[in-house]
Amino acid sequence: MKLKNEWPKHYKREVITHYCPGCGHGVVHRIVAELLEEMDLGKKTIGVNPAGCAVLAYKYFDFDMIEAAHGRGTALATGIKRSRPDLFVLSYQGDGDLAAIGTAETIHSASRGELFTVIFINNAVYGMTGGQMAPTTLKGQKTTTSPDGRNPKYEGYPLHITDIVATFPGVAYAERVAIKSPASIIKAKKAIKNAFQTQVDGLGYSIIEVLSACPTNWKMSPVDSMKWINDVLEKEFPLGVLTDKRKGNS
Amino acid sequence: MNKIFMSGNHAFAESAIRAGCRCYFGYPITPQNELGEYMAANIRKAGGVFIQSESEIAAINMTIGSAATGTRVMTSSSSPGISLKQEGLSFLAGFELPAVIVNVMRGGPGLGNIAPAQGDYFQATRGGGHGDYRMPVFAPGTVQEIADITFLAFDVADKYRTPVMILGDGMMGQTKEPVVFPEPIGELPVKEWALRSMGDGPSKYLASLILDPAAMERHNWKLYRKYKEIERNEVRYESYMIDDADVVVIAYGTTARIAKSAIKRVRDDGIRAGLIRPITLWPFPKQILQELARKIKQFIVFEMSTGQMLEDVQLSILGKADISFYGRPGGVVPTPLELARYIYRECQNKKELDYET
Ligand SMILES: Cc1ncc(C[n+]2csc(CCOP(=O)(O)OP(=O)(O)O)c2C)c(N)n1
Ligand code: SF4
Repeated sequence: MKLKNEWPKHYKREVITHYCPGCGHGVVHRIVAELLEEMDLGKKTIGVNPAGCAVLAYKYFDFDMIEAAHGRGTALATGIKRSRPDLFVLSYQGDGDLAAIGTAETIHSASRGELFTVIFINNAVYGMTGGQMAPTTLKGQKTTTSPDGRNPKYEGYPLHITDIVATFPGVAYAERVAIKSPASIIKAKKAIKNAFQTQVDGLGYSIIEVLSACPTNWKMSPVDSMKWINDVLEKEFPLGVLTDKRKGNS
Repeated sequence: MNKIFMSGNHAFAESAIRAGCRCYFGYPITPQNELGEYMAANIRKAGGVFIQSESEIAAINMTIGSAATGTRVMTSSSSPGISLKQEGLSFLAGFELPAVIVNVMRGGPGLGNIAPAQGDYFQATRGGGHGDYRMPVFAPGTVQEIADITFLAFDVADKYRTPVMILGDGMMGQTKEPVVFPEPIGELPVKEWALRSMGDGPSKYLASLILDPAAMERHNWKLYRKYKEIERNEVRYESYMIDDADVVVIAYGTTARIAKSAIKRVRDDGIRAGLIRPITLWPFPKQILQELARKIKQFIVFEMSTGQMLEDVQLSILGKADISFYGRPGGVVPTPLELARYIYRECQNKKELDYET
């Protein structure tokens, strides 16, 4: 493998990251920035960043961006893409944002088959607000609002929202990937590339769910976090392509 | 000039399309459904976009996305739906994005009813969303004025980069009247601040999160200066039979129409009444009321509520004249006779009081 030591064009220089060590957000940012350059899309992109740890994504990304109210990313993206169908549109969201407060917007933008791409960071907690329970929190997982571990009797079950939208006719590409090892990062990049190409080809909605570490709120080291994704989180949220309506794949 | 017979709800939509509105997002709610239906039937013919959103929250956030690209955009609803849009209105104000929001008010609180009411005055003029912002609020009085003001609202929104609200009510939305529309607008100037993707230039971003309190304060003062400019430039009102008036009625929208009929009646009985009809509720026509209060000592505020605009009148007149209030809340539409009786009684009472003192 050839190691690259180049700065992606659509990633700002001389910024100090606010992401914690081992956090998956930064890695996914890098993938997005690389692909927008490789696919020559960055110049005609408008991105939407969420309320969540990625609220400051525009400090890193070097393409046009707007910040959404918590959960409303795909409504903004709808307004943007419908106003400017010629542009490439991206909504970047966390699991609280996309699968709790923004569930209606997620489901309905997917159901309308909106022609943009959603990058969905599933870290099984609310990162920004300090590690509260998310809709994706696992059974038994301790968070600040499920201190004894998520108990289905009181807190219900983890929500598989990508699996739900993958069943919609308007959703052309959906895949779940993880950020846990160099090989998994390469796979994640390939998945996001497929999603981007799906939008470029105007085939329908595309969404990539990324299982991503939050060492700070999981109270684990970055290394243990990668292992936890592999051994535990993936058991609830198996990786793989959930739908692929590209030519020859449907 | 073609005169068309049209309902207020349709006139909002037709005028918006003529003003260059190219995106409409809304969720059905009575008594404004005809607005969205007209958009569904007509905006695509003008090359525009119509989406019936999954909720009012989604509609206002689609509006934000569209406005960010520099597109002229409208959303509409009625009272409960406007409550759901408040977070989005605050974001529009914070981002300094232009958009036109129509509220065809109905009775409340809660689900209330679908009858005409004016109970959302506070929500509209006091910044129903969070944070230190203001928003221009227009209150047309006829279908013709709905057409004219909707057209104007897009210009005001663009000029000051602000959301603008137009307040109607169920009566105005449903009433059909002859109307002459402005000619469709031509090419609009490019909005330099809009997100159009970076191309070969630098990238832009629109953020409402400003973590540094000093920077947030600067942003707030910047907005404040803009609001002061709007207060200086955009006040609009109609005066009716004011020149010889001894008593001034203040009413907007539907109640102003009722007030005009009532004023004609009491004038037949020798009471010289006049009307000030605010066309902008924010900025409120304070100055004219202050001037009138120097010579006229009796004011009557008339609303389809328990008294909301009343507070703006009190804040304008500051105790320099008597203010009384007549209102019917909850969707009850008062008759001209009822108001005429009230004006008459108030004037008689005042005469007796003045005689005694
Ligand atoms: C209307 C509203 N409610 C609550 C919040 C507070 N809030 C900000 S981010 C967030 C959750 C973030 O979690 P997630 O979406 O999973 O993203 P992460 O931070 O983990 O990346 C919450 C509850 C808000 N900003 N707005
Ligand atoms: S709190 Fe979690 S999600 Fe947020 S930056 Fe830190 S590690 Fe990443």
